[in-house]
Amino acid sequence: MITLTDFLLVGALLFCTGMYMIVSKRNSIQVLIGIELMLNAAILNLVAFGKYDKLNNGGQVFALFAIVLAAATTAVALAIVLNVYRRYKTIDPDEIKNLRD
Amino acid sequence: MTLMRVLFYLMSFIAVGSALYAALSKNLVRSIFIFFVTLFALAGLYVIALADFVAVTQVVIYVGGILVLILFAFMLSGRETLNVIEQHKGKFINMAKVPAVILAALFLAVIVNIILKADADNLPWVKQAIAQKNETTPISSTIDNIGVNLMTTYLLPFEAISVLLLMALVGAAHLSRKEGRA
Repeated sequence: MITLTDFLLVGALLFCTGMYMIVSKRNSIQVLIGIELMLNAAILNLVAFGKYDKLNNGGQVFALFAIVLAAATTAVALAIVLNVYRRYKTIDPDEIKNLRD
Repeated sequence: MTLMRVLFYLMSFIAVGSALYAALSKNLVRSIFIFFVTLFALAGLYVIALADFVAVTQVVIYVGGILVLILFAFMLSGRETLNVIEQHKGKFINMAKVPAVILAALFLAVIVNIILKADADNLPWVKQAIAQKNETTPISSTIDNIGVNLMTTYLLPFEAISVLLLMALVGAAHLSRKEGRA
């Protein structure tokens, strides 16, 4: 049988990969993919622990909530990325240094 | 070595490998498309963790919704986004990436250490759940239970999330309209 620790280790690997993407990438869209990876690692942990809560389904229900929240986050983030591109003609997070005025 | 275990190793290898490829690839398009593979492999892992409904939701929302959104953002932001990546071509080791690698590796070491110390399989409440038969088994159907719980126990978070989705919808539409009439 697959133990909880196996799932947690896979989640940790994915989380660190996502963290590396967020810190190192020079492109907002790849930073966004990194955030999605970290969220997925957290969802994997929720689901793995949710196996031991058959009556209330806490883990699975909150995994569903996290997926929906990720969708909302992505929609807003991509609208912001498009706006930034329209203004600066680049989406490199390092290049965007000005406030509105 | 049961079939379940083989499948688990296969799925987790695909997930971690494709995530690493997405992280290390210099090409944005490849990075996006290989992320599809990561998400599918993660859906497989959810099935192995006996959460089939979450797996289906993952495929529908992540692969069908979020990735298409990301592709749209990539296509709408034009060719200049690719030029950023081209600048550092040729260098084998990019010095700017070293701090990120160190940070991720140290964080991984800390997390793995904590997971091994925490010994999640012998937690008191997990043992109790197994003893009280509160554990999901491969033959038990969970979807009807999720539906009932969503409308009873978790009704307040459910409503809160619906309001938040509405806010995100309005906010995204507001942010992405043309400038000048603000």
